[in-house]
Amino acid sequence: MSAAATIIASLLLPLGGAFLIAAAGRWPNLRESVTLLTAVLLALLVWSLTPDIMAGERPGVTVATLFAGLTIAFSVEPLGMLFAALASTLWIVNSVYSIGYMRGNNEKHQTRFYVCFAIAIAAAVGVAFADNLLTLFLCYEVLTISTYPLVSHKGDAATVRSARIYLGILLGTSIGLLLPAIIWTYVATGTLTFTPGGILEGHVVGPAMGLLLGLYVFGVGKAAVMPVHRWLPAAMVAPTPVSALLHAVAVVKAGVFTVTKIIIYVFGVDTLFAEPSGGWLLYASAFTIIAASIVALRQQNLKRMLAYSTIGQLSYVIMAAAVLTPLSEVGAAVHIVAHAFGKITLFFAAGAIYTASKKTELGQLRGIGARMPWTMAAFTIGALSMIGVPPTGGFVSKWFILAGAFQSDNYIAIFTIILSTALNAAYFLPIVFAAWFSSEDSGAKAHGEAPLPIVLALCTTALATLGFFFFNQPVLELESQLVEQLP
Amino acid sequence: MSVTSQLPALQVVVPLLTAPVLVLLRGASLAWAGATAASFMAFAIAIALTLEVLAGGTQVYEMGAWPAPFGIELRIDALNALVLLITTGASALTLLCGRESLARDIDEDRQPLFYAAWLVALAGLAGIAVTGDAFNVFVFMEISSLATYIIIAAGPDRRALTATFKYLIMGTIGATFYLIGVGLVYMMTGTLNFADMEVRIADVADQRPILVAAGFITVGLALKAAVFPLHVWLPNAYTHAPHVVTAFIAACSTKVAIYVLLRFDFFVFQGNLEGHVVQFAGFLAPLALLGIVVGSAVAVVEGNLKRLLAYSSVAQIGYILLGASFSNAAGLTAGVAHMFNHALAKGALFLAVVALAMRFKDLTLDGLAGAARSMPWTSAALVVAGASLVGIPGTAGFISKWLLLSAAFEQGTLGIVSAIVVVLSSLAAVVYIWRIIERLYFGEPVADAPPLPRQEAPWLLLAGVWLAALANIYFGLVPGLPVGLSEAAADGLLRHLP
Amino acid sequence: MELLGLFNYWVFAVLLMVGFYAVIAKPNMIKKLLGLAIFQAAVFLLYITMDKVEGGTAPIIQAGVDAIYSNPLPQVLILTAIVVGISTTALGLALVVRIHEAYGTIEEDETQQKDLEE
Repeated sequence: MSAAATIIASLLLPLGGAFLIAAAGRWPNLRESVTLLTAVLLALLVWSLTPDIMAGERPGVTVATLFAGLTIAFSVEPLGMLFAALASTLWIVNSVYSIGYMRGNNEKHQTRFYVCFAIAIAAAVGVAFADNLLTLFLCYEVLTISTYPLVSHKGDAATVRSARIYLGILLGTSIGLLLPAIIWTYVATGTLTFTPGGILEGHVVGPAMGLLLGLYVFGVGKAAVMPVHRWLPAAMVAPTPVSALLHAVAVVKAGVFTVTKIIIYVFGVDTLFAEPSGGWLLYASAFTIIAASIVALRQQNLKRMLAYSTIGQLSYVIMAAAVLTPLSEVGAAVHIVAHAFGKITLFFAAGAIYTASKKTELGQLRGIGARMPWTMAAFTIGALSMIGVPPTGGFVSKWFILAGAFQSDNYIAIFTIILSTALNAAYFLPIVFAAWFSSEDSGAKAHGEAPLPIVLALCTTALATLGFFFFNQPVLELESQLVEQLP
Repeated sequence: MSVTSQLPALQVVVPLLTAPVLVLLRGASLAWAGATAASFMAFAIAIALTLEVLAGGTQVYEMGAWPAPFGIELRIDALNALVLLITTGASALTLLCGRESLARDIDEDRQPLFYAAWLVALAGLAGIAVTGDAFNVFVFMEISSLATYIIIAAGPDRRALTATFKYLIMGTIGATFYLIGVGLVYMMTGTLNFADMEVRIADVADQRPILVAAGFITVGLALKAAVFPLHVWLPNAYTHAPHVVTAFIAACSTKVAIYVLLRFDFFVFQGNLEGHVVQFAGFLAPLALLGIVVGSAVAVVEGNLKRLLAYSSVAQIGYILLGASFSNAAGLTAGVAHMFNHALAKGALFLAVVALAMRFKDLTLDGLAGAARSMPWTSAALVVAGASLVGIPGTAGFISKWLLLSAAFEQGTLGIVSAIVVVLSSLAAVVYIWRIIERLYFGEPVADAPPLPRQEAPWLLLAGVWLAALANIYFGLVPGLPVGLSEAAADGLLRHLP
Repeated sequence: MELLGLFNYWVFAVLLMVGFYAVIAKPNMIKKLLGLAIFQAAVFLLYITMDKVEGGTAPIIQAGVDAIYSNPLPQVLILTAIVVGISTTALGLALVVRIHEAYGTIEEDETQQKDLEE
């Protein structure tokens, strides 16, 4: 199959899968088989593109031309390749987990859940492969809308209220800020195609560039840079598999991926580096990292704490991109992967705890390590990765971001990373400690591990977190192409 | 003489002559079938005309073989073709799938009369769109208005009567203003033919009467087009009319008035009246912006579904005029394209309302709580059409919003203000469309009412709703036809401007 | 002379305003319609005035007579406009009858009151 056909196929496959899932809704076993099969096929398709990209090719395909130079087109470059491979691969693991979780908790509307999930994955792959801002925007909005039914899954009043915040912030920022930014770019440059080195140089100059950067960064609400982060804690009302894949990987990573891609391919790293008015982004992301960590410190609910931790970690990626050195750009890309493995493990663990014991608060987790050793072992690995302790994936990306910061003597970034590492340790380690070494409250209900698919899934991602520390060479090779494009 | 050369005349003649036949037919089913067939024939003629315009440019037809400017000339360019497509298409689709709903709203023995009035309204609207004669426009405008008053007042809701009365008063004042303006132009130029007028105005020594005429014509047509603040007739008329009628008139009637406004101002006045470009923009742009703000704001807090959509129309008319008030190719293209796309979106939304009304008596948002459970397909179509109204990419609404915003960015300070207003009102649209969707999907039905079983609208109606909804997606992904026509229309309107 | 020569146009303006005032100020719907009729009649006068050619006679061509004619076109136009005006008034009156049946009143403020009470 030609690369162009593969790109189209990997977009259509999950959509076709969604259709089949809907058709098979009455037979749960068949439905879940279709989901798994679609996920595996998608991952194979996406992975089949990697050799070409590693070899430096940039296959692309134009689907439709709207008018005058505006197209819906897809092409694959290293950053998008990484994101698509990540999302599609984790979808397999997450589907296994979903089956255990949704059945274990007797959730309603399971068919709708799987259908929307497949559409969301298609949109995420579309974001990854988008060749221009318009295509990216289209897929971005599809992603927002398709995840809404997942967030509001429970359907009670409190959930609907949270889901309204979710949709309101994401749609509001994208239509109110991102779309004007895109149109501004189009009017100024006459093109929206992602081009190595950027397209804005000489077209938008001075403080206007800082303003445009602001429109982009806050317009991409999914990147959760404060103050547009509120939707992420609100989204935690969703079933845990949704929080795990979408709000630790697909949706939020689509946000930081978009921002990184815009910085590299629309602004151009050098152009932005030469423009002082873009410097605020470093401060905004640094503030978000610290503030989110402090808020996480004060949370009592496990999933909300993880959500705030995610907000902080996302801004690591933004900050790494904003440091604007070659090593830090690689670090941004690597951190997308490393954080994904770690955070999905943590969410899987949170869901496993809920399924087995219905516990959701941090205070209830004392001594749970004895009852759920596999789950808590995986949780510990995930937590260590968040802090950035070797031998976990989190260490690798932090290393690159720090190295990048040293390259340009960026002491703000260095200080922020050190401080936030301490804060991360401060809110993760007590949980781990209490789970393993405190004794359980008396009179607690007896329970064991969560259902097998759940445990299987979370052990896989925990192993991946460890594995990424040792086997990160392919990712580095792929993403160093980003740097080679930089002069 | 072949049939194709008679198409411009047939466009009006077919519905106009079918109407009296329907009255004689007696029998609701026959009348409905006749009206639908005539509408589809008109739609087919409109498509044929559009193809000819695309292939060969402006189509000219001399009524009774009298040469212009003595006889009445029918003249169809890209702008006319677009308006014809909207009008006849809306009529064909709403009639085709609106039968059951109309059968509920109107007594059986009156239905033939109702369908006849509908066709007369269609003939009038089509007539405005084909004619190249200013007085002929007045006659067709009054024909369509009188027939429209009848079909709006035909429903069982008594508030429709007072709403129609208000519409009749304001509509007649608007038409009379237009008549005064045409009279003054005729006084100074001695012609009623648009093309002839355009040439002769340049030779008029004292242009003050022409300026007065421009004022009368602009205000009169603004009344007909429901431009803020002359929109007060619109919300009540839309709300209390029979649901199918609302779908029809919301899709096309105000657009036809806007068409005449553009035709007169750009084609006849702007090339000849010094400073009229600035006057036109200075008069319309603030009204358009205010209309967008007020319409959106009211829609956000409105509790009745039909009235909410009606106020949204007030805002959307503002979009069209805002594009036109930029007085350049990009702006006009955006405005004209938005005529088409808004007709698609609003038509689909009101058709979905027709479907909802088959099951739900109370069309307030609270009355519709949880409706998606009993009518999932209708609700899903409403979501799609709503997305188009908001301007989500991939839908028709996005195309015109994109065109409008990029036109605004080229305008300097006024453009930035306009862009901000458009963006804010898009956000307001997110809010009011979202209020509808949330009530439909997550609202709890009124406590004492028994849960409704899952039962959709009649299949023909549902098919129509989905056809309209899918058209929104189709023209969002393949916008070649409306955008191409709009560009050609803008080109034609701007011939006289530097 | 100048002023008198424009007499018809003055009447046009005055009639127009009289009609407009009635439409706006009178709550009674029949009076509104009467106002509307006056409003339209004013425009008829405008058209009829403009077609008058000084010294002109009725535009009927007779063999062998060489005369100046008034412009016949506005008269034809206004014939159409009068028909439109009559139709509008008739439809308006029909509506008023229906409103009276439905509300029991033809005062606009009272119908609004009754709508609010619903």
